[in-house]
Amino acid sequence: MTRHRKPIDMKNLFTYLLLAVLMLMIVAPFFSVFLASFKTPAELVRGAFSLPENFSWDNYRAAWEQGHFRVYTLNSTLVVFWVIVLGSFLSILAGYAFAQMRFPLDKALFIVFLLGLMVPQESYIVPLYYFLSKIGLVNTIYALIIPQVGMSVCFGIFWMRGFFAQFPRDLLDAAEIDGCNRWSILWRIIVPNSIPAITTMVVLFFVWTWNDFFLALVMISSDSLRTLPLGLALFQGRWAANIPLVAAGATLVTLPSLFIYVFLQRQFILGATSGSLHGS
Amino acid sequence: MNTLILSGRKWMDKLIASLYVLPAFTVYFIFILLPILNTLRYSFFNWTGFSPPTFRGLGNYQELLQDPIFLKAFMNNLRFIVYYTAFPIVLALVLTALLARKNLKGRNVFRAAFFLPYIMPMVVVGVVWRWIYNPVFGLLNGTLRAIGLGALTRPWLGDFSLAQPAVGVIAIWAQFGFCLALFMAGVQKIDEALYDAAKVDGASEFDQLIYVTIPGIRDELLVALVSTLIAALRAFDLVFVTTRGGPGNETMVTTLYLFQNAFQLNRMGYASAIAVIQTLFILAISYAMLRFLSSRQ
Repeated sequence: MTRHRKPIDMKNLFTYLLLAVLMLMIVAPFFSVFLASFKTPAELVRGAFSLPENFSWDNYRAAWEQGHFRVYTLNSTLVVFWVIVLGSFLSILAGYAFAQMRFPLDKALFIVFLLGLMVPQESYIVPLYYFLSKIGLVNTIYALIIPQVGMSVCFGIFWMRGFFAQFPRDLLDAAEIDGCNRWSILWRIIVPNSIPAITTMVVLFFVWTWNDFFLALVMISSDSLRTLPLGLALFQGRWAANIPLVAAGATLVTLPSLFIYVFLQRQFILGATSGSLHGS
Repeated sequence: MNTLILSGRKWMDKLIASLYVLPAFTVYFIFILLPILNTLRYSFFNWTGFSPPTFRGLGNYQELLQDPIFLKAFMNNLRFIVYYTAFPIVLALVLTALLARKNLKGRNVFRAAFFLPYIMPMVVVGVVWRWIYNPVFGLLNGTLRAIGLGALTRPWLGDFSLAQPAVGVIAIWAQFGFCLALFMAGVQKIDEALYDAAKVDGASEFDQLIYVTIPGIRDELLVALVSTLIAALRAFDLVFVTTRGGPGNETMVTTLYLFQNAFQLNRMGYASAIAVIQTLFILAISYAMLRFLSSRQ
């Protein structure tokens, strides 16, 4: 019995060792940046994993106020909020129609939306920039919200339609006979029973919008309108020599994603693996 | 009379249904679809963005095919496939084979940790790795010096022959957890009896990987292949933050060249032609995948 078990344990040991090394390679960079964010430049030279003498918040204070991360955080939050609200609302409405109703050109329209799922952002950035500049929206927060909603609904419609199509028509017909109209069927029956699918969609909208760099880089020129990724990228150029300060900024950008990831890990992985062909 | 009311009602139904789609379609049409079509149109024009555009026919495309920087950028994108696609998929397959069907304790913890870089903004990933590669107080050179290999220290991102692999390593680091999560989801759907049958036939672990696991996760492999291929062709954030295409044009990629032409050199038509070529490649890859997936259903 023991002779039989031993080699299996050895093999698991090897697997664990390999996994642990890989995990260290993933976590160590984040951890060393986190440590660096509390150090003084002098302490930094002592080594990546040396502990700072006292955990001071000075770098965070400097990044938050002088580094304008307070403004960037506010902008990012505002953009993400509106993209999630508008993107989800429009996706739910259209997804419902594509799943449960018939109307002229419905199949063709659905394919047109699928096109938007596959075409990458950079392929229409030039005309988008000139159009938004013509209507006076370049370098405003709307230049980040509206196009991001347009991209998000392509995935949202595809995603919600797939889920809403699973509701049996009989159930909806019965509700209709009982005097519910379509609008109240959607909000009273379908949406409350689709919370997991909607959560996954919202998580994806969050990640795509929160992480977006390209759109912000092109559209925003004022410091006061920068989002966190854009702010961080330009911040690190300006403060290249002050690594602890940049590390504090990087930590500030990362924390919200990390926080949500810890709680909604399953939705993150499920969503990202099923939404992997999105173009933004 | 009855049919008239009925058809009137049907007509109303269709009208109402269209109203549900209209808001999403309006936003999508104005801000995404029209710009897509305009990119194609602009690509035939010479346009600075200020003066009126002049028609140039296929001139932008002809110039692109002879532009050494564009050709170099495109080659770099193709080389990035090794780092964005090949390495992560092979590494994820090895890990899948190790993890599949074993109730290793903490399996989900490992999966969650490996997936972490994928949800991080690429800008943060770039900032973190710029520090790792920092020649003076970077983690990498520091470690090398600490273990007595100081002779191997390099200015990694500034070195002409090393910058591209250095950026590539970041891509592997950021992508493999995503492939692993996909494959592990696929493995869970494989019928346990297939493995039992393979074992009865005397198949080794390696045989099981080749004959049971890989065919069982064909769809997931395809999705991983396509999305990492597209990520390689679209690489931008990471390059912008770590090297800005340098040193020289060693890490120049097509999207960065598009960005420079459009927003620094004011060559809108030329930038649009780059966008068209890149989009055609990406659409071809996506289309091939959709065809393949639907042909098997």
